[in-house]
Amino acid sequence: MRVPVSWLRDFAPFGDEVEVLVANLDDLGLVVEGVEHVGAGLDAVVVARVLEIAAIAGADRIRRVVVDDGAGPVEVVCGAWNFQVGDLVPLAPVGAVLPGGFEISRRRMKGVDSFGMLCSAKELGLSEDHAGILVVGDNGPVGSDEPRPGMALTEALGIEADVVLDVAVEANRPDAWCMAGIARDLAARLKLPFALPEPPGETGDAGGAGGTRAARAEELTSVELVDPDLCPRFTARVVTELQVAPAPGWVARRLMLAGMRPVNSVVDASNYVMLELGQPTHPYDLDRLAGAGLRVRAARRGEEVVTLDAVRRVLGMRSVGPGDDLRDCVICDAEDMPVGIAGVMGGKSSEITGSTTRVLLEAAYFAPMAIARTSKRLALRTEASARFERGVDPEGIDRAALRFIELLGAVDGTAPVQAAGAIDSRGELPSPIRVILRVGRVGSLLGCPLSKAEIRSCLEPIGFHCEDAGEDALGVEVPSFRPDTSREVDVVEEVARHVGYSNLGKRRPSSPQVGRLSPYQRERRVTRDVMAGMGAYEVWTSSLLAPRDHEHAGIGGASIEVGNPLSPEESILRRSLLPGMMKALGYNVERRQGDLRLFEVGRVFPFPERARVQRAIARGSESVVDEREMLGMVLAMPDDDARSAAAAWGALAGTLGITGVSLLASDTAGRPAGLHPSRSAFIIRQDGTKRASVVAGDLAGSSGVVGDVAGSSGVVGVVGEVDPDVLEAFGISGGSRRVGWLEVDLERLLACERRSPLAKPVSRFPSSDVDLAFDVPDAVSAAEVHSVISRAAGPLLEACWLFDVYRDAARHRGSRSLAYRLRFSAADRTLTDSEVGEIRQRCVDAAERELGLRLRG
Amino acid sequence: MTSASAGGVPDIASLVSEAKRRVSSCSTLAELASSEAALLGKRSPLSEASRMLGSLGQDERRRVGRLVQEARRDIESALAERMEVLHAAERAAKLVEDHLDLSEAVLQVASPGPGHGPLARGRLHLVQRTRDELEDVFVGMGFVVAEGPEVETDWFNFEALNIPPAHPARGMWDTFYLDLGERESVLLRTHTSPVQIRLMREQEPPVYAVMPGRCYRRDTPDARHLPTFHQIEGLVVDRSISFADLAGTIEAFTAAYFGEDVHSRLRPAYFPFTEPSAEFEVTCTICKGGGCRTCSHTGWVELGGCGMVDPAVFEFVGIDPESWSGFAFGFGIDRCALMRHEIPDLRILLDNDARFLSQV
Repeated sequence: MRVPVSWLRDFAPFGDEVEVLVANLDDLGLVVEGVEHVGAGLDAVVVARVLEIAAIAGADRIRRVVVDDGAGPVEVVCGAWNFQVGDLVPLAPVGAVLPGGFEISRRRMKGVDSFGMLCSAKELGLSEDHAGILVVGDNGPVGSDEPRPGMALTEALGIEADVVLDVAVEANRPDAWCMAGIARDLAARLKLPFALPEPPGETGDAGGAGGTRAARAEELTSVELVDPDLCPRFTARVVTELQVAPAPGWVARRLMLAGMRPVNSVVDASNYVMLELGQPTHPYDLDRLAGAGLRVRAARRGEEVVTLDAVRRVLGMRSVGPGDDLRDCVICDAEDMPVGIAGVMGGKSSEITGSTTRVLLEAAYFAPMAIARTSKRLALRTEASARFERGVDPEGIDRAALRFIELLGAVDGTAPVQAAGAIDSRGELPSPIRVILRVGRVGSLLGCPLSKAEIRSCLEPIGFHCEDAGEDALGVEVPSFRPDTSREVDVVEEVARHVGYSNLGKRRPSSPQVGRLSPYQRERRVTRDVMAGMGAYEVWTSSLLAPRDHEHAGIGGASIEVGNPLSPEESILRRSLLPGMMKALGYNVERRQGDLRLFEVGRVFPFPERARVQRAIARGSESVVDEREMLGMVLAMPDDDARSAAAAWGALAGTLGITGVSLLASDTAGRPAGLHPSRSAFIIRQDGTKRASVVAGDLAGSSGVVGDVAGSSGVVGVVGEVDPDVLEAFGISGGSRRVGWLEVDLERLLACERRSPLAKPVSRFPSSDVDLAFDVPDAVSAAEVHSVISRAAGPLLEACWLFDVYRDAARHRGSRSLAYRLRFSAADRTLTDSEVGEIRQRCVDAAERELGLRLRG
Repeated sequence: MTSASAGGVPDIASLVSEAKRRVSSCSTLAELASSEAALLGKRSPLSEASRMLGSLGQDERRRVGRLVQEARRDIESALAERMEVLHAAERAAKLVEDHLDLSEAVLQVASPGPGHGPLARGRLHLVQRTRDELEDVFVGMGFVVAEGPEVETDWFNFEALNIPPAHPARGMWDTFYLDLGERESVLLRTHTSPVQIRLMREQEPPVYAVMPGRCYRRDTPDARHLPTFHQIEGLVVDRSISFADLAGTIEAFTAAYFGEDVHSRLRPAYFPFTEPSAEFEVTCTICKGGGCRTCSHTGWVELGGCGMVDPAVFEFVGIDPESWSGFAFGFGIDRCALMRHEIPDLRILLDNDARFLSQV
């Protein structure tokens, strides 16, 4: 909110030191986000009359303008078109320095000399308006000297140097959303006296500015409050014999400083009151209201009203959340036709015009939640709705209405007459709140003992009346303008604010527990270190994708959709890390820096079952979605392929000591989504409970996405090479380029069987090596051979390595030679040749018996 | 000693000097080896002289024998000396040949593409690393790290935090809703606060925990905001926890993470789930409090929000606000990274550009 300091001084004698005001407002939680000095630096700017406007040859944006600055004609070049010959405009002559620090110099444009600049309100620092030159006279102060050429602009506009503070008012402080409210808080803080100006009271039967007897309000209009739950209080007052005119200069000036555009005396008075006291009001042209009265009721579904901004709005449609009864409060004329949306925006049909002479002024208290819903439903937020939805002061309505009438009377040459009395319809207003404040509680919550007297001195200046309520307690009456304060703890916050947060102490609590990461969190860090150790950069890709990203990555099936995405590019939740990381790779490939490895740890979101969603909505502890935290790694160094991905997997599993896993080649069980059909595999848990064939059966109908398949399937991850078609879809083709891929469900991985943590003694006797090379058909995996010969080798086997893979396509189609080295040792002796020879034979026999393999000749 | 002697015994002195000349003219170890054989081998003049000793008289034998022995020792030492010289020369030549510019290797490992060897380490992401460091600071203060789902229900994300449907305060969080369940009942969490709710529902106090994680707000991306971002929140619930404990915890954290010369201050703010509520600011890390453009010349930079857990929240999770009190705080992890590394525009985090990933 823009707050002119001069306006604050209407309520309390604030000093000139702006820094002090700013620092104290900040401390109160009324954060000053900007300080603007207006009206300063305008000394050199004068009023000038436009004498002549001429086109400049070859220029269609700028024109030559001759003005009279009181001393004679001055030629300037100007790019604005909103003024005419005869208008009075502000002229900054050569040498003037404008508020922004811009110095005016003589310039030559398109061959024409310019001896100054005609200024917009923004250039003068008077408002944000830079649509055109400020035409003097529109808002000239009535009663001051007629503006004339040569007059200082400040004099012509009645401008005094002022400071405007941009104050951020928090959502819980409707009371501070006006000049008076800010002044009240600030005055209390600075220990200055605060007073609200008292407008004249209600006119009685004998009243009337013109001396004639004024009619009573209820003789001129009527109000029917049909739905008091939506509008707990509605007041109507009538002003007659009105002449709509420009508002007084000081009213217009303050509105502009506060960021509102002056319109006319009636609308401006209403806006002024809202800014000053926080109570929105609405003036109707009484003569344009059918039946000269109002009905306040819930709108019917689909009912329409054209608002002041000339937009047709449909009411009562579209729920904005649980508990929404779709009841928009609408103001209708006496014939029940809507003439405005209560608390949000008035209607076009009863708008104040230049010919309005009788005004009905509405000042009401609407149910905050009802206004909030209506405003949200219509996506229409106004100065009024923002205040009503936070809660205006139900007791401040009369003051605001009377202040409005007082302001109307301040317009020179008009003598409006206020009808006697007011129509005041009421439902159930919020009841006054009295809080018992325990002095000890204040101290224990703030960590700073405060006496009763100290507490009172914080609360009373901001309108919280306190009285003793026993030894250790105060009875606190919460003022009606503080709807945010209803509990003891809320009052404690008020005390804390006025003591000053920085005056409360600092202390560090000592946790009774040992701080630590969980084993999962620790191992997740290890995992990330292993990835970085293998040369991969950690990335952060978006959890939100475009639907086609999944398609491009070969991922079928349903994904969770965002109902209100910012763009279609980010409208579904990812089910795999693959698409996002392919995009990241593509980005780098496009920049010729695609020779790299990347990894990410992040959540994926499988589409949930309906029942699960319902359980979660019913506040169950289970999450809505079975979110899976995945590790994804893309290997795109020049020699990378499925082999490097598998090696990376091996290194990771080795570091973590994972033992109970094996690979299930893709051809036997469908294939991992988006991966190369003959160069990829599922990583499955082998805990003895499930055979690979069973897993394969489970996977047969699945999407092949790790995150999608149930944990019970035993699938832990996928490894291999990205399908060339997928690479191409992400613009990473580059001919024969191969890209390795590893994606593992971290939680499932870390739950796998681990190597025993017990240390095994190392034999002190020399070991013996045996090399075995087999011709192995492609259908038999190296891992199967490894496990068969390892098992056959028995307890003396120290290690078994695959040390050579040789494929001679010419001689052996569909098979390759695999060479294993077996190292044997015993803890207590050196093995004899015959012992080793025996074991060797056992291995060879087992390979032949179980896998039909022959030793390579 | 004379150069000639009787009985055909060679002139040993000249033999020695001849041998020394030959040794010193050897320029390779191989040449030296063949010289050694020629000078001291079985067929060498010296060996011949030894063999002739038998034909000499006793005195003469003793004298000549001594001379031969001395000559052998002389030649041997000349050979050893030469050997040392040639060894050194050969090693020096080999070393020159072996010359390696190690900076080539360093540069090659650091460059993308071929030659980027197995020793080239990748890097942890800036934001993740920041998260790790923040976790470590709080673990050091006796906190545990709690995590929870990113897809949440309206109840966990808003209602249980004392933000009823259509409450104006909801405007503080622009929310992505998901097409699951009833309209606007399932969403992407806008903060990690639902983890606090889950924690308090499932665990008896005392609670000392931080909740880091990914959050989502429907904000158009700009230099300082991303629709997807990372946040860390903290929650303490214990007997007689006060606002002073909150202020002290924030102060301890800022000093531990940003450095001893960085301080914190609190000022009033509004959050529906805390009362009293505060925003906390830390000493501007750019100017160290002196005032600069980054901090709008205030010396302070706003980092996050905090406050005492609102009794209404305690009631939602079934904790008695009269027996327990607590505080919560939260701030952006990305924001911390941005401050510490002076990143001008957060959007660069989304590109995953190798040039960025590898530099910080």
